[in-house]
Amino acid sequence: MEDLEQFRLDVREWLNANCPESQRQPMTPEEQYWGGRRGEFPSEDARRWFERMRDKGWTAPEWPTEYGGGGLTALEGRVLKEEMKRIHARTPLYGIGIWMLGPAVLEYGNKEQKKQHIRAIVNGETRWAQGYSEPGAGSDLASLQCKAEDKGDHFLVNGSKIWTTAADKCDWIFCLVRTNPDVKKQEGISFLLIDMDDPGVSTTPIALISGESEFCQTFFDNVKVPKENLVAELNKGWSVAKALLVHERKLMAEMGSDSPRHILVPNMAAHEYLEFENGKIADARLRSDLVDYDMQMQAVALTHFRTFEEKAAGIRSAAPMVMKYVGTEAEKTKSELLLAIMGSRGLGWEGDEFNAQEIDTVRLWAMSKAMTIAGGSSEIQLNLIAKNVLELPQS
Amino acid sequence: MALVLNEEQRLLQDTARDFLTSNAPVEALRMLRDNNDAVGYSGQLWQKMADMGWASIILPEAYGGLDFGFVGLGVILEESGRTLTASPLFASAVVGVSALLLGGSEAHKQTLLPAIASGKLTLALALEESHHHRPTHIATTAEKQGDSFLLNGSKQFVLDGHSADKLIVVARSSGAESNNQGLSLFLVDRTTSGVNCQRTILMDSRNASNIQFENVVVPATDLLGDADEGLKILEPLLDRARVAIAAEMMGCSLEAFDRTLAYLKEREQFGALIGSFQALQHRKAHMQSELELCRSVLLQALSAVDDSPEDLPVLASLAKTKLNELVKLVTNEAVQMHGGIGVTDELEIGFFLKRARVAIQIFGDTGYHKDRYATLGGY
Repeated sequence: MEDLEQFRLDVREWLNANCPESQRQPMTPEEQYWGGRRGEFPSEDARRWFERMRDKGWTAPEWPTEYGGGGLTALEGRVLKEEMKRIHARTPLYGIGIWMLGPAVLEYGNKEQKKQHIRAIVNGETRWAQGYSEPGAGSDLASLQCKAEDKGDHFLVNGSKIWTTAADKCDWIFCLVRTNPDVKKQEGISFLLIDMDDPGVSTTPIALISGESEFCQTFFDNVKVPKENLVAELNKGWSVAKALLVHERKLMAEMGSDSPRHILVPNMAAHEYLEFENGKIADARLRSDLVDYDMQMQAVALTHFRTFEEKAAGIRSAAPMVMKYVGTEAEKTKSELLLAIMGSRGLGWEGDEFNAQEIDTVRLWAMSKAMTIAGGSSEIQLNLIAKNVLELPQS
Repeated sequence: MALVLNEEQRLLQDTARDFLTSNAPVEALRMLRDNNDAVGYSGQLWQKMADMGWASIILPEAYGGLDFGFVGLGVILEESGRTLTASPLFASAVVGVSALLLGGSEAHKQTLLPAIASGKLTLALALEESHHHRPTHIATTAEKQGDSFLLNGSKQFVLDGHSADKLIVVARSSGAESNNQGLSLFLVDRTTSGVNCQRTILMDSRNASNIQFENVVVPATDLLGDADEGLKILEPLLDRARVAIAAEMMGCSLEAFDRTLAYLKEREQFGALIGSFQALQHRKAHMQSELELCRSVLLQALSAVDDSPEDLPVLASLAKTKLNELVKLVTNEAVQMHGGIGVTDELEIGFFLKRARVAIQIFGDTGYHKDRYATLGGY
């Protein structure tokens, strides 16, 4: 514990000396750095901050040093996170590579794959997309049809993937592909890494109700993929995918608490947009809704802390299994509540008659609808709780 | 602050569960009800509980207590919520003891606390005057007369009031009826002349009473804390009581939930176990999520009593609200998911439904605590 305290002091000192003042401010989505061949730094300070963190391996603090990671223990990693949060230091590098593919390759990949991909992620050289869902395989992900045929020295990939986040800006994509159509659907899936510069790969953005197009559809037309790009054994991709989904759900549950946007919180919005009488919100129903939301968020945050404490104490509980469901539902509730509090000022779409915060809040409301769908919808989460926690009979 | 139980607390939980399931199961409550038991709980059982140290669980060692704190207490209350055990544990060992710890003179503590710890003495809080929880709307008067006070007024929903040896009476020593200032707390023997007590028969088969005070003379030495400053004791006292009853409600919810879950795995309709139907699975899974949230809220609130009293008001209102909503949802769903048998007196699920309804009303319903939480939050 003493060592950890010393580590904390060292980290604090280093951050103070190395994190530029401009990188200690809340950031807009445009100010995030996602790396990749086409990645551009939003500012010189962002570049400097990224390079300093990269050189310490702290773009991926807990990954092994031999592949460029920081080599920190889980507890040290948490200390670093806390110290960064303390001075509002920005995350220097975002990406699905750091969040999902890296952990998957570190756990399931072979030595060559680690060498080829891990350091490139830490260094921000490659930006990754995720290829899971298909137009015909959403909640029923295991029924996916995008196929990879064994052609001796390579796989031939044909099909398409949808909801590939920012795929139009990515260099590589990891895909779940059908390698055996004749067995139980989960047992004929493999995990394949595909270079998006390969001939036959193309990507189209999808316009969303939020007005944004961060999701794409990616098409594979007779794409030749080298055999060595297979992660884990042939037809064992479903286990890798399941492990990654746990990561993704955890991320989505946490997203609310770490929102990079400079947006309203309902309590503050109430003071800005609602009438008060004798120190109370005059609209009794909105006041009641606000209490419900605040209480739910406090309960979710406490449960989040509890999962940490249980993990440290080696205690297993059902808490981690419910976080995606309760976290994303609470985020959606928050957006609905914000719009209700803002009244007609919460309807603006664009133009100068509304301020940036109002328009951001409205756009986020539309985006929040995706949170209870992506990464396994709320209904799927409830199915999983019923099956894995409650052990209810399956029909 | 801890959101997990330590080794000692887990051991206490096992002990409590073993003892209560074999000595005081729901069946025991049914017997008390069917026999129209005059006291409403088993004195023998309470003596055994006191012998195990449960009556003194939150008492510092200096007064012969176990000093397990509220997290330890919460463990026992949760288990007693699973078995719906009728005993003076809440009214006396939590509310009564907390009142003495917060406001009693050293003489009160030296004489009364060991007597409570040994199971010989029980207390009850006489607070409510209307059918809703309004702790500062007090019309009962306490008039200073020389070295004593004269109490006049009437109280209702006094938990364990008809069986307690002593009452803690909240009365107005100055100020208008709804004023926050001017309250005082008094210790009054239930058998004092002018105290008139009627037991009320409530749906949960537990004990509560209406009590009238008519020119009751109380010596000034039996004032708890300072005259007119009663709120300073009453507020933290009520918050401790709210967190404690929330722990009992957690146990009540868990047991009703578990029993229903077991039923979903054995009842067949349409040629299938009903637990395989998604219409029931999703509701059950949603309740599991709420149980997890309530577990965290409850542990945080219990440990706030022990470690960070400044956080207690917000956490007590959060815990009471969340557990009110949980126990209402879970017990109503327990009845519904059991189908026809769920509304029979033979099945014990009905006892959980009824206890839940009473517990929801104790020291503030959902509306009361949502309003308080908002006020504390500045809106």
